[in-house]
Amino acid sequence: MSRGTEPLLRVAALRKTFGGLHALEDINLEVWPGEVVGLVGDNGAGKSTLVRCIAGYYTPDAGEITVNGESLGSGGPKRAAELGIEIVHQDLSLVMHGDVVQNLYLNREIRSSWAPLGRLGWLDKKAMRAGARTILDQVGIGGTISVRQRVQDLSGGQRQCIAIGRAVGWSRRMVFLDEPTAALGVRQTRHVLDLIGRLRAQGIAIVLISHNMEQVLEVCDRIVVLRLGRKVADRPMAGLTGPMVVGYITGAERAEA
Amino acid sequence: MRTGGDAAAEKLSRAPAPSSSRKEGVSDGPRFRWKDLTVYLGFALVFAFFAVTIGDKGFLTAQNATSIISQVTPIALMAFGAVFVLTAGEIDLSIGSVVAMAALFTALGLRHYGLVPGIAFGILTGVVAGLMNGLLIVGLRVPSFLVTLGTMQLFSGVAQISTQLQDVPIVNETYTDMFGSGTIGPLSNAVVWLVVGFLIAQIVFKNLAFGWRVMATGSNRASARALGINTNRVRVGVMVISSCTAALAGMIYAGEIHGAVYTLGSSDLLTVLAGVVIGGTSLFGGSGSMLGALMGSLLMTMIVNGLVLMGATVQQQIVVQGIIIVVAVAVSQRQPAE
Repeated sequence: MSRGTEPLLRVAALRKTFGGLHALEDINLEVWPGEVVGLVGDNGAGKSTLVRCIAGYYTPDAGEITVNGESLGSGGPKRAAELGIEIVHQDLSLVMHGDVVQNLYLNREIRSSWAPLGRLGWLDKKAMRAGARTILDQVGIGGTISVRQRVQDLSGGQRQCIAIGRAVGWSRRMVFLDEPTAALGVRQTRHVLDLIGRLRAQGIAIVLISHNMEQVLEVCDRIVVLRLGRKVADRPMAGLTGPMVVGYITGAERAEA
Repeated sequence: MRTGGDAAAEKLSRAPAPSSSRKEGVSDGPRFRWKDLTVYLGFALVFAFFAVTIGDKGFLTAQNATSIISQVTPIALMAFGAVFVLTAGEIDLSIGSVVAMAALFTALGLRHYGLVPGIAFGILTGVVAGLMNGLLIVGLRVPSFLVTLGTMQLFSGVAQISTQLQDVPIVNETYTDMFGSGTIGPLSNAVVWLVVGFLIAQIVFKNLAFGWRVMATGSNRASARALGINTNRVRVGVMVISSCTAALAGMIYAGEIHGAVYTLGSSDLLTVLAGVVIGGTSLFGGSGSMLGALMGSLLMTMIVNGLVLMGATVQQQIVVQGIIIVVAVAVSQRQPAE
């Protein structure tokens, strides 16, 4: 298979059980570059478990996850990050006491280019500040905040942009957004949705996990519905309506997955 | 024709000011808070008070300044360690006991094996005590408060047993020069230890990746882990740093008094913590200040010094210290209203 026809992410026949509970059963999923995929389902449908498997936090019992044809194997979160998978968690992606630069660069710091100092962990703050400004521009809040402001002093929308900026500034391939607008007001939500559009235009694949049907219908190209650990729908947005998606989620409506 | 998104983006980029500079209208750095200045204002007030009331009783002499600095050095060094520990969201109650243990082991090493082994004993005491604290916290998953409450007793007991409560004199003059009364050029060694200790602490805290990870670990450990930080390594690291600063403090005490005794450091814990907390370091993790810790330690030491010059009894000193701690902490650590 040539490179151009390979999906960015391929999940094949994935199964994960916790004790006797089948959290995920025979999940197949593909995500292509520049695509926004909505991952929806009721609480307990297996969305988080699936994302955690893809991010390497859980090791699946069966099945395979490949990114650009490279297998995740049992390499854990480190391997997943190497392959370019980034998860923006609801509330876990930021360190409130840190400033913008720190939040964008924690654990991936740019170190002094002089080797002895670099090995010591000496930070090249100037380079990181410049990089942070570029990332802020990329996520559309360049010029509105200082990169040295503490994240706890920012608005909810700005924080979410920083969290997303951290993910795309590093991976530039695929981002998982877990309820990115759950805590945001109307205007800030608007900003995040615009940002999703901008990232898609840059060829970044986005998997949006959300309970907000309106949002999913608005920004997604394709929707994947999980129900009780199984994929019950996987179809393009065209022709889909909110009530239909809700039907898949609750089990009232069935489709060929 | 423009889309709505472009118009919005343009509006955003125009929002700051009709100027080419991106910094216009953007606050440049962390938000200013008056309470961050508590320690400096407190220091200025207390200094002014003593200068007026006992300026003629020797408070303003160079000799007194030297004396304050030699007293503050061990406290401030421990305070730098405590900034790491508190910023990482932990606490170390065992530092006072490590002071005694390290002083005694250094003195025993000097007596039986000579200079280098003596110094090595002291440093090793700090490393081992810190590793023990850190590994117990991480391994047993017990809060540092409880672990170090236990090891505080344990280390204190070890110090007392090691010499059956006997003093150990130090006659090695190279040692007492180095850690005590010696000078480098016009500077007393106490000043040198203080300045070097401060610079190293400040650099590790602000300029090395480790410092950032300490902040992240203390701010939100789950987030730090999600960002890939090995928070357990950070937590063990800060406990080792803390114990090592306490060991160094013990070695400096031993150098100053030409000997070691198990009561060394026994009253330092609260002084150190008070100085650090007045200096603006959060008790709940995530933010700390080395300069604040230095100023807080100086403030605490200066208060004792001034009260002694005023002729206050030890009991009166304790009362005044208590009042100042309560006031300063009320200002610097006040939580936002719910």
